[in-house]
Amino acid sequence: MNTNTQSLMVDARHVRKSFGSHTVLQDISLEVKRGEVLCLVGPSGSGKSTFLRCINHLEVIDAGRLFVDGQLIGYREHDNKLHELKPQESAAQRRDIGMVFQKFNLFPHMTALENVIEAPIRVKKLSRDAAIIRGRELLDRVGLADKENSYPAHLSGGQQQRVAIARALAMEPKLMLFDEPTSALDPELVGEVLDVMRELATSGMTMIVVTHEMGFAREVADSLAFMDFGVVVERGNPIEVLNNPQQARTQAFLAKVL
Amino acid sequence: MPDHAQQIGQQDSADLSERSDLITAVPLRHPWRMLSAVLLFALVVGFVVDASHRKAYGWATYRQYIFDAGVAKASLVTLQLTFCSMLIAVSLGILLAVMRQSPNPVFRAVAWGHIWVFRGTPVYVQLVFWGLLTTLYPKVMLGIPNVVDIFELPSLTDIPLFWFAVIGLGLNESAYMAEIVRAGLLSVDRGQEEAAKALGMSWSQSMRRIIIPQAMRIIIPPTGNEVISMLKTTSLVIAVPVATELYMRTRELASITFNPIPLLLVASTWYLAYTSVLMIFQHRLEKRFARGHGQARTEVEGLSLSENSGMLS
Repeated sequence: MNTNTQSLMVDARHVRKSFGSHTVLQDISLEVKRGEVLCLVGPSGSGKSTFLRCINHLEVIDAGRLFVDGQLIGYREHDNKLHELKPQESAAQRRDIGMVFQKFNLFPHMTALENVIEAPIRVKKLSRDAAIIRGRELLDRVGLADKENSYPAHLSGGQQQRVAIARALAMEPKLMLFDEPTSALDPELVGEVLDVMRELATSGMTMIVVTHEMGFAREVADSLAFMDFGVVVERGNPIEVLNNPQQARTQAFLAKVL
Repeated sequence: MPDHAQQIGQQDSADLSERSDLITAVPLRHPWRMLSAVLLFALVVGFVVDASHRKAYGWATYRQYIFDAGVAKASLVTLQLTFCSMLIAVSLGILLAVMRQSPNPVFRAVAWGHIWVFRGTPVYVQLVFWGLLTTLYPKVMLGIPNVVDIFELPSLTDIPLFWFAVIGLGLNESAYMAEIVRAGLLSVDRGQEEAAKALGMSWSQSMRRIIIPQAMRIIIPPTGNEVISMLKTTSLVIAVPVATELYMRTRELASITFNPIPLLLVASTWYLAYTSVLMIFQHRLEKRFARGHGQARTEVEGLSLSENSGMLS
C-alpha cells in the first residue's frame, strides 16, 4: 500500500456492478480524502446509490477494488487471489462506516434513544449506561434532546432522519454515507437535516452524499462528482462544476435541475 | 357536487353559523340496529329458558360433574398437551421459516419437505402413526441397516405415550407455524435488515433484535388462533392412544352415567373457559408488540407528521 492510499479514506478503482444483464456501474474510479465531503449528483438510475451501497458492502461488486481507510472491502487478498470475507468480518468493516438512508429505516419498535444505543451496546459491547450518556449527547447534537422517548412514528420525517444520523454517529464511524437523505422529506423539513449535515462536515467528518440539493453541494461539499449511466462524467470543485460544467451531459443535467 | 353540498350546509346552519359553542345535534337514529338487537335478544332468551327446562340436557348431571376432580385433572392434561406441543411447534416453526429463507439449498429443501409431509396428511393419521412407532421400531440401532449394528438406543417403549402425542401434535403444528412465521418475517421492510447490517450487526443480532420483534406483530394474532385450535385438537390424542385428557375423561364418565349430553356440555364449558383465558393473554401480547405502531394518528406533534410517519408504520 503506497502513501497515497494511506491519506485516502475511500479509494475505488475500476469498480463495476451489474444486476443481471443490466450494468449499473461501468467503471468507477473515485478517491475521497480524509475529511473530504463529496457530493454525488446525477439523474436517477445513474448508479449513485448503488455505488454508495457497494462502499459498505451492502452490494457486492463484480470487478475492481474498493478500499476504505486502506482496507479492501469484502475480500482478503492472499497469494494473488481474492478470498470472500466471513459475515462477521464484513460486519466488522461496516462498523466504521455510517450510513443514512433515504427512508430513514429507523427501528419502529424502539424509541429514539433506543435506536441510537442499540448498536453500541450489541456490536461495540458498550455498557448500557455509557451508551445512554453518549446517545443523549448525540440526540442533543442533532437537536432532539427532548425526543429521546418518542417512537419514530411520533416524529416528523426531518426528526426521524436526524435520529438516523445520530444512530449512525453512535458507532463513531470514520466515514459517513448519505443516500439521498432529504429526498423523502417535505420541503420545509429539508433544512433541519441539511443543518445537521453541515455541522458534521464542519467537524471534519469524511462524507459521501448522494443528493439533489445543489445548494448544499455548492456550499458544503469539497468536491462534486456528476454520474450518468454508471460512469463518473465529471468531477471537481462544486462551484466550478455547477457554474461551468465542462461535459455536455453535465450541462444538460444541470440545465434541468438548477 | 361540492357546491351542492355547501348549499345544503349553509341552509341547515343559516341561523347557527355565527355561533361557535359545542355542537349539540340530534343524533342519527338507527332503527334497524335496535330492531335486530331486540329480536336476537328475544331468541337467545327463548333458547336459554327452553334449554334450562329441557330434560335431555341433564342439568343435574352437568352440575354434578362440572367441578369433578377427575375432569379438572383431565383438563390439566389437555393444557399440558397444548403447552408442550405448541412449544415444539413454535420453536420448530421459527427454525423452519428461517431455513426456508436461507441461502443454503439443503436447508430450504429439508424445510420444504417437512412442511409438505406434515401439512399434507391428517393430524389424526399422524397421531396413529406415532402410536405405532414402537411397533414399527421395537429396537433402534445405529449402524448400516441389515449389515452392521453399532449402537443400540434405549427402547422407545419406556417413553410414556403422552410424549408421543406431544411430538405428533407439535410436528403437525410446526408446519403451520412455519408458514405463519415466514409471513411475519416477510412483512418486515427490507430496509430494516439493511439498517441493522449497516450498523455492523450480525445476521443473528438483526434477526433477534430487529426483524423478529417486528415480525411478532404479524405472527401473534394467527399464533393465538393456532393455540386455541391446538387446545381443541388435543381431543384427538385417543388415536395414539392417550385417554387421560379432557374429552376422553368426559366420554368415560358418560359411559358410566349412560348420559352423554351433560358431559359433552361439561367438556365444552372447560374448553370455552380455557379459550377465554387464552384470548385475554393474546390481547395483552398483541399490545406489547404493537409498541411504536398505530399511535401516530392520535398524538400529532409536527406539521407534516401524518404523511411522513406513514412510511415507517
